[in-house]
Amino acid sequence: MLLITCPWCGPRDEIEFRWGGESHIRRPTLQSSPQDEEWADYLFYRKNPKGLHRERWVHEAGCGQWFNIARDTVSHEIVEVYRMGEAHGQAERGKRP
Amino acid sequence: MTGSRGSAGRRLRDGGMIQRDRPVAFSFNGKRYRGFVGDTLASALLANGVDLIGRSFKYHRPRGIMGAGCEEPNAVVQVGMGGETTPNLRATEIDLYEGLSAVSVNCWPSVSFDVGAINGVFSRFLPAGFYYKTFMWPSWHAFEWAIRRAAGLGEAPKQADPDRYETRYDHCDVLVVGAGPAGLAAARAAAATGSRVLLVEQDSHVGGRLLWDPAVIDGTEASAWIADCRRFIEAQPEARILTRTTAVGYFDHNALVLVENPAGSLGRAGPGAPRQRLWSVRASNVVLATGAAERPLVFPGNDRPGVMLASAVRHYVERYAVRPGEHAVIFTNNDDAYATASAIVRASGAVSAIVDTRAEPPRQLVETARASGIRVLAGSAVVGTKGARRLRSVRVREADGRSRDIPCDLLAVSGGYNPTVHLFCQSGGKLVYDADQALFKPSGSSRSVRSVGAAAGTMGLGASLLEAHEAGRGAAETGNPGNDAPRPSPPQASGEPPTIEACWRVDDGRGKAFVDFQNDVTADDIALAARENFRSVEHLKRYTTLGMGTDQGKTSNVNGLAIMAALTGREVPEVGTTRYRFPFTPVSFGALAGSTRGELFRPMRRTALHDWNVTAGAMMEDYGGWQRPACYPRPGESLEAAVQREALAVRNGVGVFDASPLGKIEVKGPDAATFLDRIYANTISTLRLGSIRYGLMLNEAAAIIDDGVATRIADDHFLVGTTSGGADRIAAWLEEWLQCEWPELDVLVAPVTTAWAVLSLTGPASRAVLGEVGTDIGLAPQDFPHMSFRAGTVGGIPARVSRVSYTGELTYELNVPWSLAPDLLERLIDAGRSHDILPIGVESCLLLRLEKGYLHVGTDTDGTTTSLDVGWGHVLKRTSDFVGRRSLLLPHNQRTDRLQLVGLESVDGRPLPLGAQLSLKGSGPRDADGFVSSSGYSPALRRGVALGMVRGGREKTGEGVIAVTSRGRFQARIAPLAAYDPQGERING
Repeated sequence: MLLITCPWCGPRDEIEFRWGGESHIRRPTLQSSPQDEEWADYLFYRKNPKGLHRERWVHEAGCGQWFNIARDTVSHEIVEVYRMGEAHGQAERGKRP
Repeated sequence: MTGSRGSAGRRLRDGGMIQRDRPVAFSFNGKRYRGFVGDTLASALLANGVDLIGRSFKYHRPRGIMGAGCEEPNAVVQVGMGGETTPNLRATEIDLYEGLSAVSVNCWPSVSFDVGAINGVFSRFLPAGFYYKTFMWPSWHAFEWAIRRAAGLGEAPKQADPDRYETRYDHCDVLVVGAGPAGLAAARAAAATGSRVLLVEQDSHVGGRLLWDPAVIDGTEASAWIADCRRFIEAQPEARILTRTTAVGYFDHNALVLVENPAGSLGRAGPGAPRQRLWSVRASNVVLATGAAERPLVFPGNDRPGVMLASAVRHYVERYAVRPGEHAVIFTNNDDAYATASAIVRASGAVSAIVDTRAEPPRQLVETARASGIRVLAGSAVVGTKGARRLRSVRVREADGRSRDIPCDLLAVSGGYNPTVHLFCQSGGKLVYDADQALFKPSGSSRSVRSVGAAAGTMGLGASLLEAHEAGRGAAETGNPGNDAPRPSPPQASGEPPTIEACWRVDDGRGKAFVDFQNDVTADDIALAARENFRSVEHLKRYTTLGMGTDQGKTSNVNGLAIMAALTGREVPEVGTTRYRFPFTPVSFGALAGSTRGELFRPMRRTALHDWNVTAGAMMEDYGGWQRPACYPRPGESLEAAVQREALAVRNGVGVFDASPLGKIEVKGPDAATFLDRIYANTISTLRLGSIRYGLMLNEAAAIIDDGVATRIADDHFLVGTTSGGADRIAAWLEEWLQCEWPELDVLVAPVTTAWAVLSLTGPASRAVLGEVGTDIGLAPQDFPHMSFRAGTVGGIPARVSRVSYTGELTYELNVPWSLAPDLLERLIDAGRSHDILPIGVESCLLLRLEKGYLHVGTDTDGTTTSLDVGWGHVLKRTSDFVGRRSLLLPHNQRTDRLQLVGLESVDGRPLPLGAQLSLKGSGPRDADGFVSSSGYSPALRRGVALGMVRGGREKTGEGVIAVTSRGRFQARIAPLAAYDPQGERING
C-alpha cells in the first residue's frame, strides 16, 4: 500500500488513487500522418523498467486531479511528484535513485 | 510425586500466572476437562494429562503439543460449533474460556483410533511427490478428491458467521512489534519523547520471554520491570499498547496490517464488540522486536508425543505451572536448553540426562547440571524414541559409539533459535547467515525499519535491551524534535548469549526424522528432492511441501534448507531461505472482510422512485449497481408474460419508465464543442441550439466504449448522455483527456447523474398524457420535433425534456430534480389512466429496443467492436481528429470479414438461442461465422427477433445462417436491423 503525496491534497493511501500507466507518452497528431508502426507503438508499447518509472495517477477518491510521479519499481520509493504540465526534475528514467 | 497422568500430578502446587481462583470448564474431543483463567488450551490439556492432540497430515501419526506459541505445528484444532466454528487454530494460542469446545483435525473416526494411520505402515511407499507420480492415469484429477479428503485439516463452517468484524485505520510515529524485553525497552524510549507510539503484542500479556525465563533487569525482578514499563508507556498521552494483536503483514511504505482479538482468541466478546479487528497502520518508523523461535533437532522418531521444544517446556512450567512430564531427557546443541533442565528440577521433576551433541559443552553449565544430579552426555545424540501414544524411552548414542535406552516421558529438544524475521523480509529486507550463532538474521536496519533484540540475532539480554532502547529513541527522533521531558536511561541486565554448534540432522538410527511436522516432510524426503535435482530452496519447498503448512514452516524451514545444503555440498547461506510472505499467522476471512459483507459488500444504489416501484410490485434487480425494476408482474403472472404485456402497452398506448440511472454529464466552456468533437466519433460542434445528436465514443484502439445522446443547451454548454453503466466511467474518461492530453482546452466537466431523475414517457399516447399533466413547453410536432430539447415546467415541476427514444415510439424524456420525481410519476399515472398507462421495467424496454434493432453497448458489442463494425463508416469522412480515429485505419480494422452487427430473422419464427454460434450457409456447421448477441420474442410481430455479429454480415442481407445448439437446429436469415417499423415513422408520433 503506497503512500502517495497528491500535489493538491497531501499524503494519502494508495486506495484513494488509480494508476494511469506510463506518463509523458506523446500522442501522434492526425496532421503528422503517423504510420501504422508509429501508431501501434503509441497504443501498445510501454516501458517496464527495473528502477525509476514515470507514471501518472489520479486522485480518484479525492480531488480528481491527474499528476505524475517518479517511482522506483523495485523499492517502490517515490522520488518525485509533479503536476500535469510541470517540468520534472533530474531523476533519470530507468535508473535506480 | 506420584508420576500419575492425572491433572493433579501435572499441575504444580503453586507459581505460574494462572488464576487458581477462577476455574474454567472446557471440552476436547467430547471429553470434559477443567483449567484456569490464564491457561491456554494447550497448557490446560497438558495439565489434564492429554498427550495426544491430533494426527499428522500425511501419515496420520499421533502427535502431541510441541511448542508454546504461534510456531506450533502439531496441536491444530477446530473450535466452536455451527456458524462460529473456526478450523486450524493452534491450541497454544487459544486463551481458555468457560465452555470452550475443541476437536482434533485430520483424524477419522477418532484421534486414538485413526483409519488413515495405515498410511504410516505403508509409508515407505509414500515419499515426497508420490501422489503426483502415481496417480497419473487417466488424470491426477480423477484421484484428487479422495486424496484431498484423506489429507485435510479442519472443516470450513457451513453456516454464515454470526459475529461482527471491524476494520480500523491508524497512523503513528513509531510502531513497535512485539512486547518482549526488547519491544518494551524500545517502546519506552520512544514514548518518552512524546511521539505517537503503538506497541503491539500477540500474547494476552506483555513481557515475552520474561514471562517464562527468569531475569533481573535494573536490579529488580523482571515482572516488576515489565509492570514499570507498561505503566510508563500507558501514562504517555500519545502512546498505546495493544495486546492480543498480531502484526501479520508488512506492506509498502510502512503500511502494516494487524489482527486484534479483543476478547481473546475466541472468547465471547462483550455485547456489540467485534470478534476480531483488522488494523491498517501507517507508521513513520517501525521497530521489529519480534523475538526468536526455537527450532527442533532432526532425529529418528522426533515427532512422538512427549517430544517438545525445550523453551516450550520452560514456558509451561514457569507461566502455567504445568510440568509436561515426570522423567525428562534434554537433547540440545546449545547452552539455552540447560535452563530447561533447571526449570524442571525446580518444579520437582526428574531430569535423567542432558544429551549434548557438542564434544565439549561449556564447563560451567556441565558443573551446574551435575551439582543438581543431572548427567551430561557430551558428544552424544538421541537416535531413536519408543512409545505408542506417548514417549516411553529414548535411545542415546554416546560419544564412545555405544547406544543405550533411557526411560523418560518427556524429551526437551533445542536446535537453536531462528530470529523471527518474517516482517523484516516482507519489508524488503535481506538476511545474512551468522555461522557462530547458526541463524539467519537481518542484514541491517534502514532509516525507517529497525530490528532489535533476538529478532536481530542479539541473543544476550543486556545487549538486546541496550540495542532496543537506542533504536526506540532513534526511531522517535527521526524527523521529530520531540519534547523536553527527561529521557529514561537504558535498562541494564546481565546475561551472555548462549553458545551453539550447529547440528542439522542426526544421521544414524532408524525411523522417520521429521523436519516439517505439520506437512510430514522428513529428512529422507529432502534427500529424495536432492537426488531428483530439486535443489533450489524454492523447488525443494514445492516438491516436498516443506514449510507450506498453516504454520508456514516456523520450526522447519531453516532445518530443511541446512539439510539440503549438507546434501549438496553447499554452505547454508548459499542455499538461502524461501520468500517470507503475508500473513505471518493465519488470518480469518471474517477479519479480512470486516463489515464489507452482505448488503454492505457492494452497496446498491436506489433511484428516487425506489419506494414507488416496490409498492407497485416491481421485481427489483441489480443492473450495474443500481436496484431497478426488471418488470412489474401482476399476481400469478410469469416474468415473461409481464414483459410481453408491458412492451405491448407501449406499442399500443403509453408506458412510463424509470430511466434515472442514465448518465448525465454537463460539459461547459468556450472549447466545449471542440472537446466533444475529439471525444465522439461523430461531429458535435455543428449541433444547433436545442438539438440532440446520437453519438458513439471509441477508445484509442477504436473499440466502442459507450453511446448516448449529446444535447446543445447553449453555445458553450452541452449535456452528454451516457449509458447507465457508463456514467462514472465516461466522466472519468473525459477528465483524463482534458487534464492529461488537452490541458489547453477551456472546458469544465460536471457529472450530474443523480441530480436529475428521468421519467421516460413513451408510446403513441405520450403526447396526450403530457398535455394533460400540463406543461409550458409547446408539444406540437413542428415546435418540438424528434431529437430536440426544451427546458420548462411539467405539472409545475422544473424539467428538462428531451425528444429521444429507445423504444421507437414517440417519447418524452422528463428530467426533473431527484426529489420531485415521485410526485411527477403520480401525476403521469393519473393522467394516463384513460390511456391504460403502465409502468414498464428494464426488460420490456430492452425488448422494445431489440425490435427496433438499436445497439446495446456491451451486449451486442465487446472490446473488439469498432464503429465500422456497427455500420458507422461515415465517421472516416471527418477531416478532424477524434479518439480512436487513427486505429480505424489499421489493417485489421479495415478487413471486410470482421464481425458486423446485423438483424437476424428466424425462418420458423422461434426465437434464436441467445449466444448461439452461427454458421453461414455453405460453410460447415462447426465453422464459427458469428453469434446471436440479443434475442427475444416480439409481442407486436408475434415472432422471434434477434441481433447478431456475423462475419462480413452487412453485405450478406438475406443470406441464410444456421445455429446448432443443444436445443436443436435453427435456420435464420440475415435481415435489416429494425424488425419493427423499419421506416421509423412511429417515432414522430
